[in-house]
Amino acid sequence: MKLTLRVWRQQSPDAPGAMASYAVDGISKDMSFLEMLDTLNEDLILRGEDPVAFDHDCREGICGACSLVINGDAHGPERTTTCQLHMRSFADGDTIDVEPWRAAAFPVVKDLVVDRGSFDRIIQAGGYITAPTGAAPEAHATAVPKHDADHAFEHAECIGCGACVAACPNGSAMLFTSAKINHLNVLPQGSPERETRVLDMVATMDEEGFGGCTLAGECATACPKGIALPSITAMNKEWLRALRKGLR
Amino acid sequence: MAVSGLVMLGYLVVHMLGNLKIFFGADEFNGYAHWLRTLGSPFLHHEWALWIVRVALLAAVAAHAVSAYQLSRRDIKARPVKYAHKRRRASYATRTMRWGGVILALFIVWHLLDLTTLTVNERAWAGHPYENVLSTFSTWYGNTVYIVAMGALGLHVRHGFWSAAQTLGAGSARRDRALKFLANALALVLFAGFVSVPVAVMTGVVS
Repeated sequence: MKLTLRVWRQQSPDAPGAMASYAVDGISKDMSFLEMLDTLNEDLILRGEDPVAFDHDCREGICGACSLVINGDAHGPERTTTCQLHMRSFADGDTIDVEPWRAAAFPVVKDLVVDRGSFDRIIQAGGYITAPTGAAPEAHATAVPKHDADHAFEHAECIGCGACVAACPNGSAMLFTSAKINHLNVLPQGSPERETRVLDMVATMDEEGFGGCTLAGECATACPKGIALPSITAMNKEWLRALRKGLR
Repeated sequence: MAVSGLVMLGYLVVHMLGNLKIFFGADEFNGYAHWLRTLGSPFLHHEWALWIVRVALLAAVAAHAVSAYQLSRRDIKARPVKYAHKRRRASYATRTMRWGGVILALFIVWHLLDLTTLTVNERAWAGHPYENVLSTFSTWYGNTVYIVAMGALGLHVRHGFWSAAQTLGAGSARRDRALKFLANALALVLFAGFVSVPVAVMTGVVS
């Protein structure tokens, strides 16, 4: 396959950036999107140019490190992570636009790499449970109803990649935050912080400069793990419940 | 947004039902308008009930506009650099919430000047709303402004009602289809109910 790539190049956080055009040749349709970028970078290095910086780690679709907005879609045209996107999803001769996640709360570090530290700070605000340290407790000691276990697991699937923020027309982090809150709030292990968790995590989300939710639904469409939109509704319900409890 | 929106939506349903009285003739329609002024009497003074509703609506409109402004500002600030590869995002009703809201606000101003204060009404016969409504819908601009605004209202309610349910935590995966159906039904019934009046005047059903 022969492709034309238009890639966002930006030297440093404060430097101005621009889209740069590159021709890549000899791409197999079985390559992943990241392997295609590796090929481009090998070319660039051989030509003595600066390779394109992009985030990646496990390349198995489970770590949440890879990002990239491809032709306007977070993680590209398939509902998966960029590392699990294959070049067979594109046609020979295509022009592909590759951009970083765009959000005030995700500043560009270099090229396609953004700083997702704001997600870490949301987690620090309440994405944990209180548990005694030491040996792990017997798994069957705390009974969890099947429905609750399923609900928690659906939301625990979130890998924190940030595609929801990138896809949202408002740069909102509601789906990420709601996935974490739903995951922990429904379980008995998470119940001691049930109210403070939702209040603190939502407050941190707002402080980090994410946008508000207008229920456009783009986040849930882009999520590679299929976190659904009612997750946000459930978080709103938890938030109102916590307010009523008057902890603040 | 959700609470103030629902207050206005509740009012609109009652307002639309009241408008339909125009199909039963001038006496019934004008009588209904007169009853609205004597509502709650003798406990409430003349027009007090009407003024209580007006103040509540004004508060709802103000709260809705202020929160829309704050939300929009926040959302625009959260995406300072736009994507180079443009793509249509979300449904038409969702994308037009902001401009649709502005259109509706401007319509409300015109609507009040036309049929409440009668400033821009050609007939402007105080105490005779039936005749004034006929006068409005006898002009091409009166019909155009009204029907376009009701289209914007339908779209606004379609996304707004469902969104309000989500904001208040009333939605769930199981209830989603029912809520979407209810939102569409409300939007359609309001649109059809309001637009039936100018259509009836234009076709001569009401004259």
